[in-house]
Amino acid sequence: MECVFGLVGNGFTIVVADTSAVHSILVHKSNEDKIMKLDSHKFIAASGEPGDRVQFTEYIQKNVALYQFRNGIPLTTAAAANFMRGELATALRKNPYSVNVLLAGYDKETGPSLYYIDYIATLHKVDKGAFGYGAYFSLSMMDRHYHSGMSVDEAIDLVDKCIVEIKSRLVVAPPNFVIKIVDKDGAREYAWRESVKDAHAPPS
Amino acid sequence: MARYDRAITVFSPDGHLFQVEYALEAVRKGNAAVGVRGTDVVVLGVEKKSTAKLQDSRSLRKIVSLDDHIALACAGLKADARVLINRARIECQSHRLTVEDPVTVEYITRYIAGLQQKYTQSGGVRPFGLSTLIVGFDPYTSVPSLYQTDPSGTFSAWKANATGRNSNSMREFLEKNYKETSGQETVKLAIRALLEVVESGGKNIEIATMTKEHGLHQLEEAEIDAIVAEIEAEKAAAEAAKKGPPKET
Repeated sequence: MECVFGLVGNGFTIVVADTSAVHSILVHKSNEDKIMKLDSHKFIAASGEPGDRVQFTEYIQKNVALYQFRNGIPLTTAAAANFMRGELATALRKNPYSVNVLLAGYDKETGPSLYYIDYIATLHKVDKGAFGYGAYFSLSMMDRHYHSGMSVDEAIDLVDKCIVEIKSRLVVAPPNFVIKIVDKDGAREYAWRESVKDAHAPPS
Repeated sequence: MARYDRAITVFSPDGHLFQVEYALEAVRKGNAAVGVRGTDVVVLGVEKKSTAKLQDSRSLRKIVSLDDHIALACAGLKADARVLINRARIECQSHRLTVEDPVTVEYITRYIAGLQQKYTQSGGVRPFGLSTLIVGFDPYTSVPSLYQTDPSGTFSAWKANATGRNSNSMREFLEKNYKETSGQETVKLAIRALLEVVESGGKNIEIATMTKEHGLHQLEEAEIDAIVAEIEAEKAAAEAAKKGPPKET
């Protein structure tokens, strides 16, 4: 029931992910951050097998960092996307990663971008994308309301509409979401949308 | 001695590993490099042999970063340096991946020294012909560190050290003039040590500082020139003070 979606706006890309870590019928935690910072201007929003998700995204993150030290300049978003796709493709016929990824990035020369990379190494550059059961709802919502060159406020408004749809229409909807944004000033957390806060231990 | 310097796996009768010693010779022929540890900063300085007119000097960075908090300068065979630096960079990321912590300066120094040692005990390979000066701040502490490795694979920590050409003169100077410094004073000390053996001027030296907050900062030629000018002025003032005022007695 993981939901990850994102869209490209005017000079920025937004990615949203649910924050529940679930095992069968148990919710381990509802503040699990599934959007990893790849470097100063890139995010990977990943969904799938929890172990694979962390393993794969951390591996990509360290290799992207290594590239930057070796070459003195960071990878472009397109290069990072193709690198990720290549790793997924290589592992696919041996021991595949069950991870779907939305890569959001900002490059000085080419502006904001969003890449859809699924677990069997499909790669698409898109304006809007989504993974999981939530995709049925968020994609439809974005198809209806998205237009290119949206402002941050318009985009957040659309994101909130999508979250409302997911929460009201998905049978086991995740209660909390995190929203992150990448633009020329870098990759940073934008907001959380929480319905349920983790219960604190009772005072002894 | 000719029979004992061919394959490095062979000791000579009097206990030398000649290939390792020859590697140290290669280091002695390399460009001068100096490292000085302050209380809140570590400074690396390297001599820049005159660049050819048509060469893009920016492509010849001699002080490199291994990670956000670790930097390295070396003296000796630059091609060998590329190999070691590449392996060290990979190890820095690999360490972060496996234990989710950045390397400590000692860890990466031990790793590089271990690599250098491996090549003194294998068949058919020669040692790396370089000594490195490794600086950085350990994660979670604000303790600055300076380490040196050499072709034999030994390493140790230093308050200040020099390697490469005329390293003995520089080390003598440092031993005479070292004191606990911070910030700009540490930079000045490093530059003064380098100026002992290098023609003065920002064109001939490369300086970089490593601080906890800002990481590695390579100084611009103009910045270096400014500090060199300060040093010359201080030297001139000291000379004048020695000669100038009338004798008291």
